Amino acid sequence: MENWSLFSLCVLLGLTSRWAVSFHSYSGAGKPPMFGDYEAQRHWQEVTYNLPVHEWYFNTTNNDLNYWGLDYPPLTAYHSLVCAYVAKLLNPEWVELHASRGYESHSHKLFMRATVLFTDILIYIPAVLLYCFYFCDGSSKQKVATALCILLYPGLILIDYGHFQYNSVSLGLALWGILGLGLGWDLFGSLAFTLALNYKQMELYHSLPFFCYLLGKCIKQGLIGRGFFQLAKISLTVLVTFALCWMPFLSDPKQPLQVLHRLFPFGRGLFEDKVANTWCSLNVLIKIKTLLSRETQLFLSFALTLLFILPSSLKLLSKPNLWQFKLALVNSSLAFFLFSFQVHEKSILLAAFMLPLLVKDGLLLPYVVTSLAFLFLSLYLLSALERSTEEELRLGLYRKLTRHWLPKLNLSRIIKWKFWFSLVAMAALSFTSVWLEPPAKFPDLFPVLVSILSFLHFLGFIIYFNLVQLMEPQRKKSQKKTN
Amino acid sequence: TVMAAPMTNDQSWFYALALGVSFLKCLLINAYHSTDFEVHRNWLALTHSLPVSQWYYEATSEWTLDYPPLFAWFEYGLSHIACFFDKEMLVVPNLNYASPATVLFQRLSVIVADVVFFYAVKECCKCLREDKGKDLLGKPSFILTVLLLWNFGLLIVDHIHFQYNGFLFGVLLLSIARHCQNRHFEGAFLFSVLLNLKHIYLYIAPAYGIYLLRCFCFTQSNADGSLQWRSFSVVRLVILGTIVLSTFAVSFGPFIALGQLPQVLSRLFPFKRGLCHAYWAPNIWALYNIADKAFSILARGFLRCLVICALGSFMFGWHVHEKAIMMAILPLSLLAVDSRKDAGIFLMLSVTSHYSLFPLLFTTQELPIKIFLMLLFTIFSLASLKTLFRKGGALLNPLEVTYLLGLIPLELICEFVYPLTVWQKTFPFLPLMLTSVYCALGVTYAFIRLYISLLTCSDTTKKTKMQ
Repeated sequence: MENWSLFSLCVLLGLTSRWAVSFHSYSGAGKPPMFGDYEAQRHWQEVTYNLPVHEWYFNTTNNDLNYWGLDYPPLTAYHSLVCAYVAKLLNPEWVELHASRGYESHSHKLFMRATVLFTDILIYIPAVLLYCFYFCDGSSKQKVATALCILLYPGLILIDYGHFQYNSVSLGLALWGILGLGLGWDLFGSLAFTLALNYKQMELYHSLPFFCYLLGKCIKQGLIGRGFFQLAKISLTVLVTFALCWMPFLSDPKQPLQVLHRLFPFGRGLFEDKVANTWCSLNVLIKIKTLLSRETQLFLSFALTLLFILPSSLKLLSKPNLWQFKLALVNSSLAFFLFSFQVHEKSILLAAFMLPLLVKDGLLLPYVVTSLAFLFLSLYLLSALERSTEEELRLGLYRKLTRHWLPKLNLSRIIKWKFWFSLVAMAALSFTSVWLEPPAKFPDLFPVLVSILSFLHFLGFIIYFNLVQLMEPQRKKSQKKTN
Repeated sequence: TVMAAPMTNDQSWFYALALGVSFLKCLLINAYHSTDFEVHRNWLALTHSLPVSQWYYEATSEWTLDYPPLFAWFEYGLSHIACFFDKEMLVVPNLNYASPATVLFQRLSVIVADVVFFYAVKECCKCLREDKGKDLLGKPSFILTVLLLWNFGLLIVDHIHFQYNGFLFGVLLLSIARHCQNRHFEGAFLFSVLLNLKHIYLYIAPAYGIYLLRCFCFTQSNADGSLQWRSFSVVRLVILGTIVLSTFAVSFGPFIALGQLPQVLSRLFPFKRGLCHAYWAPNIWALYNIADKAFSILARGFLRCLVICALGSFMFGWHVHEKAIMMAILPLSLLAVDSRKDAGIFLMLSVTSHYSLFPLLFTTQELPIKIFLMLLFTIFSLASLKTLFRKGGALLNPLEVTYLLGLIPLELICEFVYPLTVWQKTFPFLPLMLTSVYCALGVTYAFIRLYISLLTCSDTTKKTKMQ
């Protein structure tokens, strides 16, 4: 079968799953007075449409920041504005100032879901297809299989089409950035990533690798001469993009400060709810939230984040190629997730872990179905468990470490068993979270257990990926590729 | 290589496809469902709560029991599992009861019942000619599996609109497969069971009757294909008759004993005498033409004959539901992976009739789903059949391609443009009429081509496994 038909089948399957998940409930459905993220997005349409730009991020009589005030960068606001114009055409009641608070109806839900689908088709899906087409190893069938697995990734589908958000925009733009860098179009890549950053500040997690890769590349080209010009062009692109995005806010110095204040709410504390990162998990044993002062917490989280991203970034700076870049992206985002301040569960976009959130949203059925489907698909199509010789799993370093103490270990088999064990643990936790009642003394037992289990996995991953990036030589295949 | 090739196991792709489509069906649990959902809930309730003697008399709900007794027993069996989900759905007066647990149970019952269909498709794949050494995506069995398991019509009629066609077609396909494997007694038994599950399959009963008579009861034929009268086997006829009659006896027996047969029949065939003639006419017509050919049809003709019976009844029967087109498409899929001409006819018929199912899902929420699934199935069938028969030119001639492409503007007009015009209020049924008329052209064309191919097929020279 031809390539185009295989790829279109992938896309259609992805689109069908997305829309089918959107049939289910969304965050905060039917739960006054605050509702949830769905209402937040609707409220932003109301605010951006009815109020002048300089009031968007400020607390005024018309704009109560305590009721889902804008806390994403300007591009999100512009996007909401565009959606609001469409909403006004279809049904003005959806964006009436004040009067539309808590508006819920079947047609409104369809409209909101349609906006997510539209941006997904426009931005995210083409990026995934191009990525798989150009940057995946293997035959065209392998590429299609990879594309299918990526498109059916439950985390993104469940958060965007279930809970309700627009992560596909920021992730899609970031992916375009990666594509640009991979194809050697540095300016385009920087532009795309800057746009991603201006859509959701969460993309800061990926910013250091982008910076180090581009800087490293320029240094390699010689800081006196071509490299310098390249650096200048990239910086100019980034600055101009930022300026264009923030233009309405640059007239008054108070504006950008207020926006930054909304984007980085240090006042909200080290963490909220149950997040699978270090602080939340540590809090179970030592109540650091109350023990340490706000400043100490900030310092600690800053220091640890820096500690964990520095090795990977420096390695990338010295060896700016695609393989290092991809690994650095993983390491950087994991480090930020695990150690930074005010992290939200959605920042990880990983299915098993969002269970408590999704159960709260009434999305249990799609969660089970999409996770199982994804798991099955990855195992079957990508033969995940078959590639388990030690070399392929890059366990060389572990081998060296453990050889002294446990010479008889068959590491690859252990990894396999560990994989199945993790799955069973996750399944069991999912089951108990839904069907059993927690003991009265520990009402949050199950969400906390889920957080801790996930945290341990992430910790394991960040160590593994850091080791891979820092120690192992590049794969032979990638050595044939040029930067 | 770093990555192992996917799908290297011999049969694992079948289970992957089956599991994949089941996942998709699960995601559609919360989609729109039609009044057929209430129909089946009502039948669950009345078979569970009432004694057998009341089943065909119960009329609290307007959706009275109008399927044959075996299906009623099937609902009875389901109702015992329904207890664990929500007892309230089994209360007859609870009209239009549709709690989340009820929806979950009913949807799951359709999904699970489809296992019969999966098994039947697997058996049908065994009847195909296989070329060794082809890659997976080009194998006829793979293509057939996708065409059947992921059939657009079945997905939207069974898993959105709500019905049990997958399960029933499973029994039909299994019966066909058994005949294909020369296990004729089982095939006959299965078909009798099918008739007692849903009597709409009477449409194709004549094809079965003629085939069994010709190919099974006459144990040998002459070199040119005509009958060898002396080879008639009375034993076989008697056994066949016994199987069929005993199945009917088990199914209708209790009701005959209770003296309720007229009531049951009136529920099953709620027509006046006049309509009954129209109901049967195309079958007699088909019968005549086949008899005209002096019984010289071999098994390939059997499937073709089946499809034509089904299609003929669809076209000329009264009060036929658009869903009945599935009865022609599914067996035609079996023919499509075997011959070029049939593949071309299949493409015409399937795309047209799948499009004709669109009005079944009229809600805005389901609009993207039906478009995505339709595109999915159409692209797959076009691409895979084209690859399968790449030697020998195009499968569809330009006129056919134009006709099929015409469906796109038709859809745009009917679903997007027309509702925004002033005529929507005064002539709301115009889009439906347009759809029906346009699709009727395609279906009629396919019917004529199939008929011609039946009359001209010279199967004696072809060596096929389908004997």
